[in-house]
Amino acid sequence: MKKKNTWMVALTGVILGAAGILLMLKGNPGNMGFCIACFLRDTAGALKLHQAPVVQYVRPEIIGLILGSFLLSLGTREYKARGGSSPLTRFVLGFIVMVGALVFLGCPLRMVLRMAAGDLNAWIGLIGFVAGVAIGTVFISKGFSLGRTYNLRPFEGGILPVLQIVLFAMLASGSTLLVVSEKGPGSMHAPVVLSLVLAIAVGALAQRSRICQAGGFRDLFMLKDMHLLWGNVAIVVVGMIYSLIVNKFNFSLYHQPVAHSQWLWNILGLLIVGFGSVLLGGCPMRQLVLTGTGNVDSAITVLGFIVGSAFCHNLGLASGADAYEEGTNIVTGGGTTANGRVAVIIGIVLLFIIAIVYTKIQKKAAGR
Amino acid sequence: MKTVDARGLSCPEPVLLSKQAAQEGEFPFCVLVDDITPFENIQRFAANNGYTIDAKDKGNNEYEIIFTK
Repeated sequence: MKKKNTWMVALTGVILGAAGILLMLKGNPGNMGFCIACFLRDTAGALKLHQAPVVQYVRPEIIGLILGSFLLSLGTREYKARGGSSPLTRFVLGFIVMVGALVFLGCPLRMVLRMAAGDLNAWIGLIGFVAGVAIGTVFISKGFSLGRTYNLRPFEGGILPVLQIVLFAMLASGSTLLVVSEKGPGSMHAPVVLSLVLAIAVGALAQRSRICQAGGFRDLFMLKDMHLLWGNVAIVVVGMIYSLIVNKFNFSLYHQPVAHSQWLWNILGLLIVGFGSVLLGGCPMRQLVLTGTGNVDSAITVLGFIVGSAFCHNLGLASGADAYEEGTNIVTGGGTTANGRVAVIIGIVLLFIIAIVYTKIQKKAAGR
Repeated sequence: MKTVDARGLSCPEPVLLSKQAAQEGEFPFCVLVDDITPFENIQRFAANNGYTIDAKDKGNNEYEIIFTK
């Protein structure tokens, strides 16, 4: 069973790596075949939760990931509505994780896709992500817990998955209630059906394998277990080979699509994402997949991501892609904002407060 | 027999509690979980670390793992 499960994680990584490049070739933004943070942000924009005109589009990839997991968990009878494990704290953690992701410009999934395409900023950012996971793991080892979940009525867990079907119907019918960017990343997208079908497949596989970007490093540190990490390795290897074949590999700090080269903020942004993801029990993609299985705590976390992404654009916290003087590596614009840098510092402080408080609460409850 | 009630806890907490109980050395002990993911993860942890277990799917989302040594 053990080997079979590890192969399933690796297979999910292989499909994710290939789908990430394919969706980019078919129209998604550069090195953004799949990105949970960017795509939730785009969806938030399409619903007018923020007004940034270049990042508004209902991403079928998000819909498909949740639905793929939902359908598989219904089929395998793993669907179970549950929740009540510090829901508002999870919402806040989701919000903070999104700030870190949009300062870096990507979730852990996009981080590995960027790494695969040779973006050295993502390789530098990986330092922060791993450090964040390591910090979170220390707190988990010391007893950090958001508390137990409780069984809920089945209907409760199906609300967000069923809403995805409504959202897809609106997208497919060209509803005028939704905004679609006319330029920028929001205007770039693969064919809707291709995005949806690939995402449903990935969502089902991800639920079967339990792939998790943060969990990979967490289990390595805490249990010396490489099992989940093979997913990340597979994404990078397959993504890199595919990028080289289609001539999209650019081994450089500069001229990377939808990326900036401020190394310190790439590291700190992803430190937030790694730290917060471990406290939440999974990376942003895992939260979407768990949402499909009826986990209402994860659904609330996803709502935290969405609201967080809207605030990131409403308050000018999100970074912009580097702009260059023509024909040079001289950066003339883009990068982090002053508000974004302050938000990252506040986010790190808040994560430490939450981690310390919940570790102490748990120790007190356990009488230690 | 000592029982570790890990029901309702999300990963990696059930694995961590199993690990702590195993390190305390009072075999056999029983771990209860109510989700397939920790059920699989605890079995993997046991296999990776040489523990002998008896894992039972009791149905209705109730799982029991007995660490015998």
